[in-house]
This record gives sequence, C-alpha cells and structure tokens, in this order.
Amino acid sequence: MTPLLSVKDVAKYYGPHIGCTDVSFDLYPGEVMGIVGESGSGKSTLLNCLAGHLPADRGEVFFDTRVDGPRDTLKMREPERRLLGRTDWAFVHQHARDGLRMGVSAGGNVGERLMAVGARNYGDIRANAQDWLGRVEIDASRIDDRPTTFSGGMQQRLQIARNLVTGPRLVFMDEPTGGLDVSVQARLLDLLRGLVRDLGLSAIIVTHDLAVVRLLADRLMVMKSGHVVESGLTDQVLDDPQHAYTQLLVSSVLQV
Amino acid sequence: MIKLSNVSKVFTLHNQGGTVLEVMRCANLFVPAGECVALTGVSGAGKSTLMRIIYGNYVAAAGEVLVGDTDVTQAEPREILQLRRETLGYVSQFLRVVPRVPTLEVVAEPLLSLGVDEQKAKARAAELLGRLNIPEALWGLSPTTFSGGEQQRVNIARGFAHNFPALLLDEPTASLDATNREVVLTLIEEAKARGTAIVGIFHDEAARERVCDREIDVTGFSPQVAA
Repeated sequence: MTPLLSVKDVAKYYGPHIGCTDVSFDLYPGEVMGIVGESGSGKSTLLNCLAGHLPADRGEVFFDTRVDGPRDTLKMREPERRLLGRTDWAFVHQHARDGLRMGVSAGGNVGERLMAVGARNYGDIRANAQDWLGRVEIDASRIDDRPTTFSGGMQQRLQIARNLVTGPRLVFMDEPTGGLDVSVQARLLDLLRGLVRDLGLSAIIVTHDLAVVRLLADRLMVMKSGHVVESGLTDQVLDDPQHAYTQLLVSSVLQV
Repeated sequence: MIKLSNVSKVFTLHNQGGTVLEVMRCANLFVPAGECVALTGVSGAGKSTLMRIIYGNYVAAAGEVLVGDTDVTQAEPREILQLRRETLGYVSQFLRVVPRVPTLEVVAEPLLSLGVDEQKAKARAAELLGRLNIPEALWGLSPTTFSGGEQQRVNIARGFAHNFPALLLDEPTASLDATNREVVLTLIEEAKARGTAIVGIFHDEAARERVCDREIDVTGFSPQVAA
C-alpha cells in the first residue's frame, strides 16, 4: 500500500532556534495520527509545515495525489498547493474564527468551499450545506445566521463541516477541542470519530490532551524541543511509555 | 495460534531514579486453536503484563510474540490494529468508551469496523446483549452510567461480537452473578468449539476448572526463578 503522506527528514528553524527537526513518518489511508507534547515542543510548527502554511527549511513531504501519484508538496508551486488545500486537504484550526469567514452566513461558509471547487447550482450547494450542518448537529434553521451568533462549540462544528464538505482525504487538526468545555468536547470527539470511520479519512491531530488522542488516534508521536522522542501505537505509548519525557507526560495527567 | 518464545519485559522508570525493573524473563507459551489456557500466579506475578504483551499494549524487551503469522513485537502500528480488528480480541476488566455512544453501537462497533453491514452488526449485538441479560431499555443509552456488573457484561458482549480466532480474557467472570457467569462460560465454550485460542486470567477457580485445558503459572517466568 502507498502511504497517503510520506514525511522525510522535515526541519524548520526560527533563526538559531529549532522549530522542529528530523521528523520522518508515513501515514497510510484511514490512519489517524496524534502529535502530543507541551507548548513549544514544535508540534504546531510541524503541522503548519506539513500543511504548507509555513515554509520548511529542509525535507520532503510526499502526498499521494489522485492524478499524479506521490508528489513532494514542499516543491509544488503555490497554486497547486492551494488547490490541494481546497480539495484533498482540510485544516481545522484551534480557533474556529481562523477557519471561518465570520461575516458570511453558516450556509455560505460551507457553500464557499464547494464553489471553490466548481459547484455553481445554488439549490445543490444549499442542499449540500444543509446536509452537512445536520451531520455536525447544527439546526437547519440556523443556516442563514452568521457564525458570530454561534457558541464556541457550534463554531467549531461549523468549521469542521466547512472543511469536510469537499470530501478531503487528509485532515490536519490543530487542537480541535481546545478551549471547549468538556461536554461540548465529548460531543465533538464522538462526531469526529464517526466522521473519520464513515468517510475513511486520514488525519493528523495536534493536541496536548492525552485523553483526546486515546479516543481518536491510532498512532501517536511525542515531541519535545522540536524532536520526536517516541512514536508508536497510541495505547502502547500511553500505557508503556519508553522515553523519560513521555513517562513524565503520562504520569502528570490528573486522574478524574 | 498464539506462540511466545523467550519473551522478557523490563520497565525503566526514568523519573523515579532510573529504576530498572526486570519483571519477566524467557517466557514461553503456546496456545493452539481451540484450547483455553489459564494464567495463574499471585497478584503482581505478571499475568496482566503477559496478556498486554500479547495484545501489543506493552513493549517486550526481547523475544517473539506470534499471533497467527504476525510478530506483535515487530509489527507496525497499522499491522497491530489490523490484527486487533480481525484476529485478536481482548476483554479487559474495564470498559473504555466514547461518551454518548449507545450501548448497542458500542457492542456492534467491532463488527462495523470490519465492514459488516450495519443491520447484521446490530442484530448480533442485540443477540449478545439479550443473552447477557442487559434489559432492552438500556440498549439505547451510553454504558458510562451503568453499574459495574452491567459494564462488565457490555464489555464481554463487545469482545464476543466478532468471532475472533484468538481471544484474551482478563477476569471475564468477576463481578457477575451466577446466571450471567453461566452465560459467559457458555460463550467461552462456544468460542473454543469454533476453534478460538484463548488465554485467560480467572480468579474464579470453578470457572477455570470448567473452561481451561491447562494452567500456566507465570511465577515461572519471573527473573528470580529463571536465574
């Protein structure tokens, strides 16, 4: 099987400081990988490099494109990468406001991505948007309301609908449940898990919440000071951590 | 079906003075299809550790752990996940589920992840929940609010939903009443008759006598004895 994403020796420096370095891994179709680590460990830097939001200083990121097979996305021209960003890739930001257009209605937010890939029939777009609002449990009556009138959890769900409507194959998520209260978090996790299973998505999820990765991720990568210190099957890394830092991370979680 | 050769296990506690605990040395175990082997030994002897090594949950320090044709100690995460989906089931002592998911779906999930049609999967789940005497009124509710015994039964139903060729059972009859204990033992006997290889931990001696063909005392795998 060809990996969907093959990352080889990616590095990013901020002047003399290491953002992340020596990162290599393969992600296969249908796999969900979690990246955990404390603030400043380089996990978000890595995610942004992979998604093309930040230029990497070294390395290769091969994505198995539908038409041409594996292509190094770091060497792609900007328009090509942007097209990927609208079609096969999705990026769920920690703050829904960064991923939504706050001045446009909920239906418009979802429909915009469809129009970006060529949908033109208003009725189809609206029906599709309505279907997706339903899937993320937003009441159909809110379709013409702006996201500014939504709660934080609703905004996050709207962002997910906007991202998934074009049927991407790879989803990047940066702290998707950060800043939400626990009941909303549980609901969102349940939703994400169902979507990942039903649509066969691959995903890379950056978070500092170990409970989130245990529920969502098949695999785990632990980062510290820009380096990957441990990786493996999620439950194995959490239940039998080998590296000193992972042991510290796991033992620092408060028991409820 | 399950074959362990010279398996050892070491825990290194980096944050507690770098303590190195060698807990298992040269463990060998072979379980053919249709046989049930009980792991025995006092609490802390390493029964659960051995079981977790077979499941790929703990990393073995050395040795080979074959389940079918897969060496769990060498396999990639996705190979282990595939093994867990198709071949190797595990009924742990505690139920771990996503909040909000109804019981019927929790039990049907192993089948759904194998691509079994939703209606069939739910019918199988309903059959098992019925046999394990979980009232139908509870099937639509999340098991997180259930009693300990009910959660244990949901866990068992989930573990038996798919006919795994290999099965690990951690105290399957603990916290069950006589009727349900009988149901679980029958489920185990049926699985054996289908050719499932089973490794189990049973503190319930009568249950062990009834379903297990052999007993392995894991104390024999501790480094002090082997040394």
